[in-house]
Order: sequence, then structure tokens, then C-alpha cells
Amino acid sequence: MAGNNPTTTEYIQHHLQNLTFGLHPEHGWSIAHSADEAAEMGFWAIHLDTMGWSIGLGVLFLWVFRKAAKAATTGVPTGLQNFVEMMVEFVDNSVKETFHGRSKLIAPLSLTIFCWIFLMNLMDLVPVDVLPMLAQKIAAMFGADPAHVYFKVVPTTDVNATLGMSLSVFALIIFYAIRSKGFSGFIAELTLHPFSTPNKFAQALLIPVNFLLETVTLLARPISLALRLFGNLYAGELIFILIALLGLWQLPLHFPWAVFHILIIVLQAFIFMMLTIVYLSMATEEQH
Amino acid sequence: MNLNLTLIGQAIAFAVFVWFCMRYVWPPVMQSLQERQKKIADGLDAASRANRDLELAQEQANETLRESKEQAAQILEQAHKRSNQMIEEARDNARLEGERMIANARAEIDQEINRAKEELRAQVARLAIEGAERILESSIDEAKHRELVDKLATEL
Repeated sequence: MAGNNPTTTEYIQHHLQNLTFGLHPEHGWSIAHSADEAAEMGFWAIHLDTMGWSIGLGVLFLWVFRKAAKAATTGVPTGLQNFVEMMVEFVDNSVKETFHGRSKLIAPLSLTIFCWIFLMNLMDLVPVDVLPMLAQKIAAMFGADPAHVYFKVVPTTDVNATLGMSLSVFALIIFYAIRSKGFSGFIAELTLHPFSTPNKFAQALLIPVNFLLETVTLLARPISLALRLFGNLYAGELIFILIALLGLWQLPLHFPWAVFHILIIVLQAFIFMMLTIVYLSMATEEQH
Repeated sequence: MNLNLTLIGQAIAFAVFVWFCMRYVWPPVMQSLQERQKKIADGLDAASRANRDLELAQEQANETLRESKEQAAQILEQAHKRSNQMIEEARDNARLEGERMIANARAEIDQEINRAKEELRAQVARLAIEGAERILESSIDEAKHRELVDKLATEL
């Protein structure tokens, strides 16, 4: 357990706090020693653990896939190449089924989303105390107070990570919509649906209503995309933490929840990927 | 869960990863997949072509076999016919030869008979003349009676 025999609440809070580096109004650029300090940093702070793990896992994914891609032969594939080709074909099929336009970007984007999110989610299956305790030991070696070393291993339980991805997807949605329909077409889609009438005057009255509805629809996409992934993984992580509090009883409980969680992490990665494809194909197609 | 710079950092990392994947991972894998697909398709094509060739060759072989069998049968039949013909010919020849030989023999026999007759006639004529000589005990002018005796001889 973290720190000097913390209470249950402290234990949970400690686990849910990111390692934050930022511009504190009093201490300047520093690592936050508590949740309050982290909150005081406001926007100009960065979660070192989230960034570290997500970039590390992304690099791992790209390294493995790049290795397979470089060694790719047209002969009989073996081991790693088999796996990579299976993933690529799976993603490619999913994209082809849903996205009917031609785009060089969508398929690699989907592959990156799926594999990266899956790897980040996978960190959830590492027992909750192992890596944070390791980080505390290492930090203690460098003279830091272990109680202040926060460490959140699963990047997708950080809403910044999921929202960062979904906002990138959102930018792509708008880019694709404008590219395929033109700027005026994009505006028209926002203002002339779902209520339309041949009467010009009535149409003018309906434009604000349409705009309100469509804007909500548009904005709901990235937000729901981010919060769905975040919510699922956050809840899963929280339950792991609660199970870890049970002492001996965690052994029979941890295993079934971990097994169930395997389903969740794959499913959430898949859902994020599929919805991205669906949104982008909706943005490209004329009518909805 | 406070929003901060991590959001932008994540978005940048995400963009870089997607770019890298699009640039260096996706194309080679896709290319090798497509090339392999083409290779397999070609292989299957070649296999089916070879199959067709094999079928054709088998058909041809069967055809050739059937033809040669027919030819063999034809040749056999011809040989049979020819041998029958030869036997027939030989039989005819033999029969003709036999007949000829019989005819020859007959002719010879006739000749022999005639010659014997002739001889006998001559002998008879001499005997008759001798007898007559003895009977008459006188020489008869042979030249004078020659005609008479010949006449007698032919009457024999």
C-alpha cells in the first residue's frame, strides 16, 4: 500500500491522482505534491505518467508493426508477420465495410487507434499496486517523498488522453466534411437539417433551431467518444482498486474481474475505432 | 480529472503516431498482402490451367490409344483376310497343278498306249508276214506285197 498506512480514502485518492508537472502559482514549474496543488496548476500542467505510458506504448506498437512491415515477405508469413497481417486485415475489412470513399488516412488511423487504445487499456490488467510502488521506490532513491509520488499507469483512465484523441478525430471529421461538401455545404448541413421547408421565410426561422440541434449532434460525437472510453476504463480501474482493498478476498475476486475486463478493453478499443470510421464516413457522405 | 496540457500533448502524440503508421507501417504490410494475394491467385490459376492441360493430354492419349487399337484391329483383320486369300490361292493352285499333272499323266499314258499299239501293230505285221512266209514257204516279194500287208496291219 502507498505511503505510511494511509486510510482507504487516501489510498483510493492516491491511486486516482496523476503525476502532474506544471506551473504552480507559488512554486513555479514543479511536480505537484498533492491533488490540490495539481488542481491549482490549472491548464498549464502535464500528466507525466499519462504522457509517458501512452507515448511508450504507442512507440512499442509502432516499433513492433514497423519491424514486421520491414520484414514483410510475400512468401509464407511467420510469427509476428502473421499477427500484424491479421490485425491489418481485420482493420482493413472493418474500414472497407463502413467507409465507402477512398482515403489513405482512414485505415492506418483506425489501426493506430485500435492498437494504441488496446495497449493503453491493457495496462489496466497489471495489478494496481505494482507499477506505482515501483515508481515510488525509484523516486525514493532519488530522494523524493514516496507519499507524494503519484502514478497512474492506465493512460485511458485520464480524460485528457481520451479527449485528446477524440478531439483529433473531431478535427478530422470537420476536415473531411468540408473537403467532400465544401465549406458552404458543411454550413448548409448544419443549418438546413433536420427541419427544412420550401418556404424561404419559414426556412430562415428554422435555421437557428437546426443550427442548435446539429451543433449539439456534432459536438456530442467527440465528447461521447472520449467519455465512453474514459468512463469504462475509469470504472474498471476503480473496481480493481476497490478489490485490492479487500485483503485476502481480492484473490478470488480479482481473477473474474480481470477476465471480464479483457473483454472490456478489447471492446472499448474496437468501439472507439468503429465509431471513428462511422463518423468519418458520415462526414464524407452526402445525406445522413 | 482536470483538463490540462496533457490534452494537447496527447493529440500531438496521436497525430505523430497516425502519421508514422500511415507512412511506414500500413503501406508495406498492405503491399505484401496484396502481392501475396496476387501470387496465390496466379498459383491457383496456374494449377487450374495445368489441370486443364492434364485433362486435355489424357483425352489425347485416350484418343491415340483408341485409334491405335482400331488400327491394330484393322491390320489384324487384313492379315486374316490375306491369309485366307493365300490359303485359297494355294488350294486353287494345288488343285490346278494336280489336274494338270493328271492330264499330263493321262496324255503320257495315252501316248504310251499308242506307242504300244503302234509297236504291237508293227510286230503283228511282222509276225503276220513271217507267218505268211512260213505258210507260203516261198519268199514273197516284200515290196510287192507291202501295201497289202500294211492294209492288213491297219485293220488289226
